[in-house]
Amino acid sequence: MDKNTHVLIVDDYKTMLRIIRNLLKQLEFDNVEEASDGQEALAKLRAGQFGLVISDWNMQPMTGLDLLKEVRADARLKETPFIMITAESKTENVVAAKAAGVSNYIVKPFNAETLRGKIEKVLGHA
Amino acid sequence: MPDGETGGDRIEAAVRAVLGTLSGDLTVTEAALLGELEALGREVARAKSEIAALRVDDINASHIPTATDELDAVVSHTAAATNEILDSCEVLEGLQARLAGEDAEALSGAVTRIYEACSFQDITGQRIGKVVAALKSIERRVAAVTQSFGRDRQPEPEEAPAASRTEGEELANGPQLPGTASSQAEIDALLASFD
Repeated sequence: MDKNTHVLIVDDYKTMLRIIRNLLKQLEFDNVEEASDGQEALAKLRAGQFGLVISDWNMQPMTGLDLLKEVRADARLKETPFIMITAESKTENVVAAKAAGVSNYIVKPFNAETLRGKIEKVLGHA
Repeated sequence: MPDGETGGDRIEAAVRAVLGTLSGDLTVTEAALLGELEALGREVARAKSEIAALRVDDINASHIPTATDELDAVVSHTAAATNEILDSCEVLEGLQARLAGEDAEALSGAVTRIYEACSFQDITGQRIGKVVAALKSIERRVAAVTQSFGRDRQPEPEEAPAASRTEGEELANGPQLPGTASSQAEIDALLASFD
């Protein structure tokens, strides 16, 4: 798992961004940027080079699912690992996210061990 | 509907109009119809007085706005408190570098658990958001009922046409109640079933 991976975290709750950033810091990921909705995230993704997206679902003006679809439809971004971290825990949400190409799915509230495990799984153990 | 005329007004006007056409000796059918119309008129009058007794104006003018303001304040205060907790955690993390071995690990573990616990603010914020949306829906319905019975004769604002919603918006429902929410293990099993 490359700890220098450029990570984009997306959430409309500033506190949640701060929590995820701090948990990532504990996992030794320091190359982290933030966006507060899908639209801002997409602009940052298109302008930069990111190796992992960690996104909430319920945001305006663009949800996490819609961001995921945009990422998968973009020739340059489509392979970017994408983890959804959300309170949306219905089966239909998980199924929709999987159909859209999500790499993994974490339900809130979550713990640091779950986050570490999912990142390891999508980035590899190396 | 003419300006200012409500559903209740229209029913009363219709009853009066029908009664006006009835003159002279009534047939059995007309007498029955008259009885039904009088009962309908009494029902309308009763509904109006019951709505007046409910003081529904207070619901929209005071109760619901106060409730939503209070809920917004809850979100704001818990966010401020959570950020203060996070400030303190970051100070503790700074001190961690001065420790070694088990002490450093213990401090790191405790700080991690505080970070995990602080995510409550996101969940409570989303739950309160759902309650506020429900209150606003009640507010709109109360306004529609009061208008229908003539307590508020303002013309009903035209509803904006519903914008088309994306799949992401359609499926954004916020946190489930405990007991109905899927666990991480259930979600992991579901994801694994696709592989």
